[in-house]
Amino acid sequence: MLESRRKFIKNLLSITAYAFTASSGLIYSSWAQAQWLKERFKATTYDELLKQYFPDIEFISSQKIKFSRLPRTAENGAIVPIKITSTIKNIEKISILVEKNPHPLIAEFFLSPVMEPSVSARIKMAESSDVIVIIEAEGKFYRQSKYVKVTIGGCGG
Amino acid sequence: MSSIKIRTKRLNNQTQIRTLITHPMENGRNRDKQNQLIPAHHIQELWVEHNQTKIINCNMAGSISKNPYFDFLLNGGNSGDEITISWNDNLGNTDTNTSIIK
Repeated sequence: MLESRRKFIKNLLSITAYAFTASSGLIYSSWAQAQWLKERFKATTYDELLKQYFPDIEFISSQKIKFSRLPRTAENGAIVPIKITSTIKNIEKISILVEKNPHPLIAEFFLSPVMEPSVSARIKMAESSDVIVIIEAEGKFYRQSKYVKVTIGGCGG
Repeated sequence: MSSIKIRTKRLNNQTQIRTLITHPMENGRNRDKQNQLIPAHHIQELWVEHNQTKIINCNMAGSISKNPYFDFLLNGGNSGDEITISWNDNLGNTDTNTSIIK
């Protein structure tokens, strides 16, 4: 799937309107993610991300989301381990965000019902910040965060 | 040689799936020795199949660490089952690998 940059920018204007209407729908539960949905990874602030992709959502702060492997202080912001587990039932999507990163959306995981709600990854953190997990299950949105101090930032720039 | 290493481990009725992928995961913000911006080059989508049925789909960008590591836990999985992991990146590259659960 070759994607030329020039072609992408050319198409961007025409698909932007469509993207805004479609992204508020049930895209989260669809396996097929169109290329332009990756726009949310380009959002540059946490507030912008919430406004555009989680508009009018009431997040439920949940103790049922657990962080492990995530250190209190990360010596190297380029490799911060994180493991997320949850006892929430019928999870559709797990999103990891880092509030103060230049691009706060880090990753999204769609797990089929045969999967245990457990994902591990290694993420980049630009600076000390909240690491936020948003879990979507049965139309509800659960959120939990943990503050991580970063000694050496890992996002370049 | 695949960029994708897969390790599976059966424990009780679950299968732990671990993967380590060789990929630069450049976020487009780093500079090289000539102070030129290194273009973004990162995995966009990663998916896992169990006996050809998709069980996990991930979207990501340059904020996942270089040479990404992920692990997941499948409820089920038997000896002889296939676990296939595939990815595509923002430059149109793609790779896939399959491992048999022992």
